[in-house]
Amino acid sequence: MTSISGLPGLRRVVPQKYVPVLVTACLFVAMFVAGGIRYENFATGQIILNVFIDNAFLLVVAVGMTFVILTGGIDLSVGSMVALATMISASLLKDGWPAYAVMALVLVIGAALGLGMGAIIHYFEIQPFIVTLAGMFLARGLCYTISTESIPIENETFTAIAQARINLGGDLSVSPSAVIAIVVVLIGAYVLHYTRLGRNVYATGGSEQSALLMGLPVARTKIAVYTISGFCSALGGLLFAFYSLSGYGLSAVGMELDAIAAVVIGGTLLTGGSGYLIGTVLGVLVLGLIQTIISFEGTLSSWWTKIFIGVLLFAFILLQRLFSAGSRRSPQ
Amino acid sequence: MNRILKHRLFWPVVVLVALLLLNVVFTDGFFKIQVREGHLYGSLIDILRFGAPLILVATGMTLVIATSGIDLSVGSVVAIAGALACMRISDLSDQNSVGGVLSAVGIALVLSVVLGLWNGFLVAGIGIQPIIATLILMVAGRGLAQLITDGQITTVNSSPYKLIGGGYWLTLPFGIIVVAVVLALTAFLTRRLALGLLIESVGGNAEASRLAGIGARGVLVTVYAFCALCAGIAGLMISSNVSSADGNNAGLWIELDAILAVVIGGTPLSGGRFSLSGTVLGALIIQTLTTTIYSIGVPPETTLLFKALVVTIVCLIQSPAFRAKVFHRRGRPAGARPATEEKVRVSA
Repeated sequence: MTSISGLPGLRRVVPQKYVPVLVTACLFVAMFVAGGIRYENFATGQIILNVFIDNAFLLVVAVGMTFVILTGGIDLSVGSMVALATMISASLLKDGWPAYAVMALVLVIGAALGLGMGAIIHYFEIQPFIVTLAGMFLARGLCYTISTESIPIENETFTAIAQARINLGGDLSVSPSAVIAIVVVLIGAYVLHYTRLGRNVYATGGSEQSALLMGLPVARTKIAVYTISGFCSALGGLLFAFYSLSGYGLSAVGMELDAIAAVVIGGTLLTGGSGYLIGTVLGVLVLGLIQTIISFEGTLSSWWTKIFIGVLLFAFILLQRLFSAGSRRSPQ
Repeated sequence: MNRILKHRLFWPVVVLVALLLLNVVFTDGFFKIQVREGHLYGSLIDILRFGAPLILVATGMTLVIATSGIDLSVGSVVAIAGALACMRISDLSDQNSVGGVLSAVGIALVLSVVLGLWNGFLVAGIGIQPIIATLILMVAGRGLAQLITDGQITTVNSSPYKLIGGGYWLTLPFGIIVVAVVLALTAFLTRRLALGLLIESVGGNAEASRLAGIGARGVLVTVYAFCALCAGIAGLMISSNVSSADGNNAGLWIELDAILAVVIGGTPLSGGRFSLSGTVLGALIIQTLTTTIYSIGVPPETTLLFKALVVTIVCLIQSPAFRAKVFHRRGRPAGARPATEEKVRVSA
């Protein structure tokens, strides 16, 4: 069943497994071109870089989410974890802690919470959805325990990082956060494709039972991915703190859904075992570009914005589904 | 005795009873139910009454999860149904006319079903993963609800509408009666007719059940429509209870509570089987937990921590693996030990 396929030759040249990612890439380019035709000053390199700059934290969080989803799990706690990271850094910085000690501590806390959730999921065989949902309540609750108010960050290191721009020549520049995010993506891709842990992640997601019977360390792998996700969301939280220069318990509400959407738009299956990190990058770019288009549109009220995001998301997923129909297994 | 212990609803019941007993310590006369002016009053009745919308949403969610799907859009449907009904009623010349209120309620419920059909079409017709398919409506639906109310909080002053969420009928709160009817109907359709079996077989393996001659797509669409209908009724109850519609906050995060209720009730997210009575218990546990938080005076900043703690404990107690590792092999030093320490650190 090929249904409406705009890319008939593609499927013969490219292996089937790359089709969802390629379709996403083509649609992203199409969206960018369409934006360039519709709006002035849209089709510039800086727009793409701005998408990276504005979504650096989401990208980092989505990288961790990709690891988890590849094993067939899910992590709902990332959004609250981001908020918790901003809260902890803001409150500790206010108490006069050195910036680098705060960063290290936040990353350790994130990884530790992820480790704990992973251990509960594996050893007590509770569904990841529920454990990470409890983790979401926990992290959000810890935020409110620290403070219900927004805490500004005035630390010099943090503000310096927030204001720094790295010039790429021409009129192009990026923020350190975007660079960090891209480095995280590269490390993540390396781990997934060139290390034993990466192979184990794909094997566990393909079939946990088979992986176990093959003698792969399923326990270690499952706990590792939640630890990675916890670490990534804490790092995402730090980037968010650079971006917003404040800590607030209500920030990043619903970000877990953005991250999951980015991963799935990138062609990764929620059932696990199939997908690529580059797809996730494209997913984040698509979500960011939708935001950019809306800001170029300008005059939308907040509710029309929501409807518009929904419509664009739908159009994107529909096209993606049509172009890659038959190239992957049924979603259920 | 052993049979009771092995029953799959044993642990949820234990948790519910424990929570209720905890309340007795803090509230005098917690179990007292009075009849005042022909109406039933009491804390237990309140738990049922305020828990009614959650039970409804969770009932629909149970069937969706039984097909190995998930519906994130219920919160938005709750908001849309309430918003539409309130807008229609506020446009009436006589807000107390029963016919006008009935038509407003009817339109709101029809729209809910249409939204559910849309979800079902995305999942069954196009084949989008359910979490993403319903995410679309979750995001866009919030906007739609605000569009209907024009971003304002619409208040109505209509006694027939007030009946749905805040009124009494035959001495019982009307909401409880609605829930009982919906539950009885659902139980009849799924347990006395073949529908339940079809749902479970689609959840077990959609492709295999299609090959076995089951209209898997039809079943999926029906289930999503039913879930949205339940959410719509819940939305009417919530908005009627406060006589107003808030497109922004009505039903916010109710999808997470509903999913939690379903899972606490013993329905696995992987689909293939479901337990309606378990879901009702799960929803009651969550509502009782909310009541408990208020009655024992947990400070508002820490309510979420408290909730996380209870949810973790409930899930751990229900997990056979946890019970095996902690209760039955206490003396064993290796294996079980590190896991227990993890648990303590996370839930503390």
